[in-house]
Amino acid sequence: MTTFLGMPTTSPRGVGHLRGDEAFPAAARKALGNAQLRRNLGHATTTIRAKSGAVIAELPDWQELRTAGSALKTDTMARLPELLAQLEENVTAAGGVVHWAADANEANRIVTELVQATGETRVIKVKSMATQEIALNEALEAAGIEPVETDLAELIVQLGHDKPSHILVPAIHRNRAEIREIFLREMPGVDPALTDEPVILAGAARRYLRETFLSTKVAVSGANFAVAETGTLAVLESEGNGRMCLTLPETLITVMGIEKLVPTWQDLEVFLQLLPRASTGERMNPYTSMWTGVTPGDGPQNFHLVLLDNGRTAVLADEVGRQALHCIRCSACLNVCPVYERTGGHAYGSVYPGPIGAVLSPQLTGVEDNASLPYASSLCGACFDACPVKIDIPSILVHLRNEAPHPRGERAAMHAAAYTMDHPRLYAAAQHAAKLSRLAGRRLPPPLSGWTASRDLPDPPPETFRDWWAKR
Amino acid sequence: MNSRELILGRIRAALGDTAPPAEIPRDYRRGDEPADLDRLVERLEDYKAVVHRGVPVAETVAALAPAPLIVPPGIDPDWLPVGVDVLRDEGLSAGTLAGAGGVLTAATVAVAETGTIVLDGSPGQGRRIISLLPDLHICVVRADQVVASVPAALARLDPRRPLTWISGPSATSDIELNRVEGVHGPRRLHVILLEAPS
Amino acid sequence: MRIALFVTCLADTMFPAAAKATVHLLERLGHEVVFPEGQTCCGQMHINTGYQQDALPLVRRHVRTFAPYDVVVAPSGSCVGSVRHQHAMVARSAGDEGLAARAEDVGSRTYELSELLVDVLGVEDVGAYYPHRVTYHPTCHSLRMIRVGDKPQRLLRHVRGLELVELPAADQCCGFGGTFALKNADTSTAMLADKMRHVLDTGAEVCTAGDSSCLMHIGGGLSRLGAGVRTVHLAEILAATEDTP
Repeated sequence: MTTFLGMPTTSPRGVGHLRGDEAFPAAARKALGNAQLRRNLGHATTTIRAKSGAVIAELPDWQELRTAGSALKTDTMARLPELLAQLEENVTAAGGVVHWAADANEANRIVTELVQATGETRVIKVKSMATQEIALNEALEAAGIEPVETDLAELIVQLGHDKPSHILVPAIHRNRAEIREIFLREMPGVDPALTDEPVILAGAARRYLRETFLSTKVAVSGANFAVAETGTLAVLESEGNGRMCLTLPETLITVMGIEKLVPTWQDLEVFLQLLPRASTGERMNPYTSMWTGVTPGDGPQNFHLVLLDNGRTAVLADEVGRQALHCIRCSACLNVCPVYERTGGHAYGSVYPGPIGAVLSPQLTGVEDNASLPYASSLCGACFDACPVKIDIPSILVHLRNEAPHPRGERAAMHAAAYTMDHPRLYAAAQHAAKLSRLAGRRLPPPLSGWTASRDLPDPPPETFRDWWAKR
Repeated sequence: MNSRELILGRIRAALGDTAPPAEIPRDYRRGDEPADLDRLVERLEDYKAVVHRGVPVAETVAALAPAPLIVPPGIDPDWLPVGVDVLRDEGLSAGTLAGAGGVLTAATVAVAETGTIVLDGSPGQGRRIISLLPDLHICVVRADQVVASVPAALARLDPRRPLTWISGPSATSDIELNRVEGVHGPRRLHVILLEAPS
Repeated sequence: MRIALFVTCLADTMFPAAAKATVHLLERLGHEVVFPEGQTCCGQMHINTGYQQDALPLVRRHVRTFAPYDVVVAPSGSCVGSVRHQHAMVARSAGDEGLAARAEDVGSRTYELSELLVDVLGVEDVGAYYPHRVTYHPTCHSLRMIRVGDKPQRLLRHVRGLELVELPAADQCCGFGGTFALKNADTSTAMLADKMRHVLDTGAEVCTAGDSSCLMHIGGGLSRLGAGVRTVHLAEILAATEDTP
């Protein structure tokens, strides 16, 4: 009966931002040709790696925290039904309303209707990957509701009619000069004497958004953590835009993936140490807000929590791949990834870029819809070492490559190669044939031309090792 | 079938007979070591908070001269400065708060290792909005409220209360991943650390 | 000690000098090297490209070939990584628990060259002589998969005449990644460009590493540039002496 009632299901096509328009290699080629982008990314990732490394080195028990974080997430996933029910019960008891959304369409409909019920036509938003994933802004706009992004980087993206390219810093691909230009062009009432000093740019955002904060009655947020035991939600942020959205409006709607749970209040002691140091490279982010339902006389008096599946149960069904759901969205894997550092986030097509995106997006959509992403990695392993909850991203990549559809020609070639290598005489013959064919020239035909376009092949040796050994 | 049952059914199908781990290894420091006040001060200052140590509260607040000064309803009367226009929050409007010169609050817990102060909305700390809109936040921390690290702080906090963890003034790393202070929250954070009489 | 050489298909076919150097070095240190017949390829390329089914017979062949030996050495961190961390996984995915157990057993007795020298044979000064300015690139799989740490540098520091210069951003991938270099050739080349820049910055005449595959990549790029820097496998440096440079 369970098979009929609820088979784990991938995210539906036609809604949301989990699928790109083109395969990774083609999108990457364009990004690699953008010298400004390359410089911006190189500068930003180098900066954050140094900051993060320094504050992680301050903790003598970083590895023990990672181990605990990994085990807590494994435990959470294994007990997800009971923990979600417990969360629902506690949020409801504290005056909140819990909604369940099977996919992006249902989540967008729930949020839109909740906003419409307030009679408001504008919402302020705290940066949230879940609402990016389901394209909530587009759904609200279609219903005549204006979503205002309040995180500085999201604001830069929104004003620049751009797409986010990083989990934590969606405008990482922009430098200060470009941000100044976007503000001058798109920000109503901006001081024309604006400079590109970061503190001046931040001040411009403060002035621009202040009146919006004070006058908007509905906010939409995501959540970093939800505590099943207490019904408490937590949002970690830096600028105070999160506090504004979580405190000033009358109605707060939080959209959260079902995997964001932690079992107990005390379990936050692990994640509140791991997340800031791995993400912004701070001992603690400037502001963390925690709330449990509704507090009379303080903050929003209407609180709605939307629990989102949208493909997460399909990820959970894969015993190797499910650890991708342990992700706490710190983006440390992006910052250390040599591929991400050079291509940036847009090449991945999904709102989840970088190594975690390369394992999460194909699982959320079904690997056939993101078939090039598991290959968007040299398997260098830097992501695994950087992950604060020890997600073995390289192993999931290898696993997903095995699940991905393969080009017919490649499949035939790989099969033939394996057959040859399982037959030593054929193998020895092939070694000699390879040597002869190399005499034909230094440029190889496709797909091997990808190699010789930028690299020489070594001259073939006079004899193979096994020939030499046989003569000893 | 509603979506709740649909999703829970999908999860059960996905998990099959997956068993949770027998035990969570908690070999990290649990925060039971004594709190180091010098470290708290150093970490607060590192993130651009201004720390006043071992000074009388009222005079220190008066010297900062915020006008008007917002205070929560349960503020310690001994902390109120003389000669400063004080507005007690009994439902002040957002506009009034946004135009205030500063806010004075107590705290619940401070974390030495991370330079963090936590407010929990009790009478000496007030509604979340009052420590958010004014551009200057003056926060009084008692030495016995300081704990060594994050685990000890969580053990002292009541999750049913609205909690705000503050580590320095409002900041952003969104421009080239460099931290700069001063976005939407208070751009100035002053901490007055009251040490127990020896 | 009797040591079985797992030559790796790449060294066998394209870089026999690295494999011969491994033999000469171990024999010079007084050990017996044997070359088990029937070895071909560990199947790493198939596994990492998504062809575990095709890799299964190769895993079976590798395990069968090397099971009789107490100590196995390969001049490649990457192939050792595959044997140690992937073979059992492939067997298990195919439902062959017996093969998985035997693969784990073989994996636990298989060492990358610098591991064998330092951990098993307990030697850091192998008596080598190599009068050149050298920089060492720690390959990703030796660094993060099998975690050889600084063993290669410790061996290199004992080589007489050798001037070891530190490679900037050494732990960054060179961009090889097996079929990654073909499937994502542009990104791979961009990574290679930075690696070559760092190598050139050292002013070294030789760039060394424990993997012929990464060296083929870096060396192929340097050759195309006409940069005048050679790539040489770690085994060849350690095998070199005053008598046989």
